[in-house]
Amino acid sequence: MQEIIINLLLLVIAIASLVMFIVGRRPGSMTKKQKKVLSRILFATVILLLIRAAESLVPQELTEPAAARIIRALLYVADYLIIGYDILIKAAKGIQNRRVFDENFLMAVATLGAFALALYESGDYLEAIAVMLFYQVGEWFQSYAVGKSRRSISELMDIRPDYANIERDGGLVRVSPEEVEVGTVIVVCPGEKIPIDGVVTEGCSSLNTSALTGESLPREVSPSDEVISGCINMTGLLKIRTTKGFGESTVSRILELVENASSRKSRSEDFISRFARIYTPAVCYAAVALVLLPPVALLALGEDAAWSVWIYRALTFLVASCPCALVISIPLSFFAGIGGASRAGVLVKGSNYLEALSFAKTVVFDKTGTLTQGVFEVNAVHHSKIDEKRLLELAAHAESSSSHPISKSLVNAVETPIDRSKITCVSEVSGEGVAATVDGLRLAVGNHKLMERLGIPYISCHSHGTIVHVAIDGEYAGHIVISDRIKPTSKQAISELHGCGVRRTVMLTGDLEGTASSVANELGIDLTYSQLLPQDKVSIVESLLKENGKRERLAFVGDGINDAPVLGRADIGIAMGAMGSDAAIEAADVVLMDDDPMQIPKAIKISRKCIGIVYQNIVFAIGIKLVCLILVAVGMANMWLAVFADVGVMILAVLNAIRALFVKGTKRSRTA
Amino acid sequence: MSKSYKIEVDCANCASLMEGAARKVPGVKNAVVNFMTQKLSVDFDDGAEPNAVMREVVKVCKRVEPDCEIYL
Repeated sequence: MQEIIINLLLLVIAIASLVMFIVGRRPGSMTKKQKKVLSRILFATVILLLIRAAESLVPQELTEPAAARIIRALLYVADYLIIGYDILIKAAKGIQNRRVFDENFLMAVATLGAFALALYESGDYLEAIAVMLFYQVGEWFQSYAVGKSRRSISELMDIRPDYANIERDGGLVRVSPEEVEVGTVIVVCPGEKIPIDGVVTEGCSSLNTSALTGESLPREVSPSDEVISGCINMTGLLKIRTTKGFGESTVSRILELVENASSRKSRSEDFISRFARIYTPAVCYAAVALVLLPPVALLALGEDAAWSVWIYRALTFLVASCPCALVISIPLSFFAGIGGASRAGVLVKGSNYLEALSFAKTVVFDKTGTLTQGVFEVNAVHHSKIDEKRLLELAAHAESSSSHPISKSLVNAVETPIDRSKITCVSEVSGEGVAATVDGLRLAVGNHKLMERLGIPYISCHSHGTIVHVAIDGEYAGHIVISDRIKPTSKQAISELHGCGVRRTVMLTGDLEGTASSVANELGIDLTYSQLLPQDKVSIVESLLKENGKRERLAFVGDGINDAPVLGRADIGIAMGAMGSDAAIEAADVVLMDDDPMQIPKAIKISRKCIGIVYQNIVFAIGIKLVCLILVAVGMANMWLAVFADVGVMILAVLNAIRALFVKGTKRSRTA
Repeated sequence: MSKSYKIEVDCANCASLMEGAARKVPGVKNAVVNFMTQKLSVDFDDGAEPNAVMREVVKVCKRVEPDCEIYL
């Protein structure tokens, strides 16, 4: 029965490698080395099958003489060398370079040992060859699978444009994006990627930004709009004047960032390399102990030592111990996680940051630009003695000549255009407001200081934001509330953060306390620091860092403007809506392409999922390994099973790692 | 000065061995092997001649992992 299974198995390997060989003829699908090993596997398997066929066909009497036995042994040795010569050479080189305990050494010792046992005792050469064959098949598969998934992850992230169209002599010429100089007008047809950042000079279209931001809603652009590279032009022809070189364009910067990301190693990866360094020697010593201790103990008890049994077990133990699954799947999981995150518009600069993000327990927000729009808007008109619209209109006219952001927001709030002929005698008092005559009415528009100075009784306001009081002809006429509008998704983002394990949300702001706390209450923020100067933020983040436990991390979210020191000081610096802001990309550890605060819980969820997969793989790979090693040590598993377990665990771990690439809620991941 | 080279290496463990070996080469300030993107980034010491240093890097990498390929 076992004979049939083994023959079938060999046949399957032969056929499979033949199929792969034909597949591999397509250029680019395999490396030269993979092809070489594959042909060796095919060759060795066929020879092995032939030898076995000959064995069963040649009559018993002819195989008995010593000469026949030697020929048989030589055939097996030849086959063994075909499949395993490189392993033997590598093992020898390893010893020569004083790097003894690697997997080549383990395999060489195990198979040579099995061979020696066969020569002296059983005559069963098959096992040594088969183990070497399976090991090579496993290694080959590993290299193929990893190479393949590496390529497919890179392809999914590939937003690199291949060419740019330039109008030359009345026709379109395709040139490499690197050659396009700043200020050149390029043409982007529908369906093409925008290769370089620039400004639209002609044409209207909608852009698909999902490759960059994960946002599936298309963005409409028209002349004089800025566009960034990597977006896909969907509907109309665009002419774009480039504002940056290809190397400085968004798409190049993102690619550079993601490609360099996996160079920063996470703690889990460090753990694995430290583990491997201890593990391999430990396994070798355990194997030596397995050879020596039980037979000696048996001898001491006065029984047969059964050396060959224990040598065989020790060799199997060595075969089963190979830590490939572990070593390969952890970096692959991180790579897939970073790839998946970048497709969702979250750029993570390294595996270590992805890991830290999953431990985020405190999230600190710099209010303006993250939770709020960073744009002032008229929110309400209170206590108006006249029509509210009329009051706004008057105030806007009075303030129209001022360049203060508050004045601008007043002007933006009125629908009718400002009629400058109505305005006379404007006088601006810095830090207080404006006095002007509009439509023959004497207006005073400004803060409470202005009202106090003019001796006009005013009504103070309980809402948050900046209050602009208006007086007409010396009479109080009401006030206008101007505030930085809270982003529509901020509240949901904060509650999701709490939902996904963040213990504390903190808000830092330069606003007055009342304003700050009303925003905080509305959003459900736990802790607020108000009236801060920019330099205070670093010291507050530092004191918050001290309060964190050992495995708790602090993330700081800023809009990338003026907060580089804080971004650097926090465990994880997150810059929001940072597309195009070089300083923020430089300083932050995690860059959100979008300015939607919902991206933060999303980023944390992605990191959790990835870390979860990493832990699964660690536990799974080490667990199965330990079970196998124990089974082998007690003699319940043979070398075949050991090799199968090794290859099987590796395949499952690689497949599990690929899962980290798929992020819920991104459009393309569902079809991918 | 820092340069990036395309490499071909099959196992993650070998990649980290290569990284360790490359770091010890005189003239190399730091070396990082990125297994996933199959790239070796070498940061050279000031005044080092990259081509000469890289020949040595290739040599030591071949020693720890005979199957690796570094495209200069």
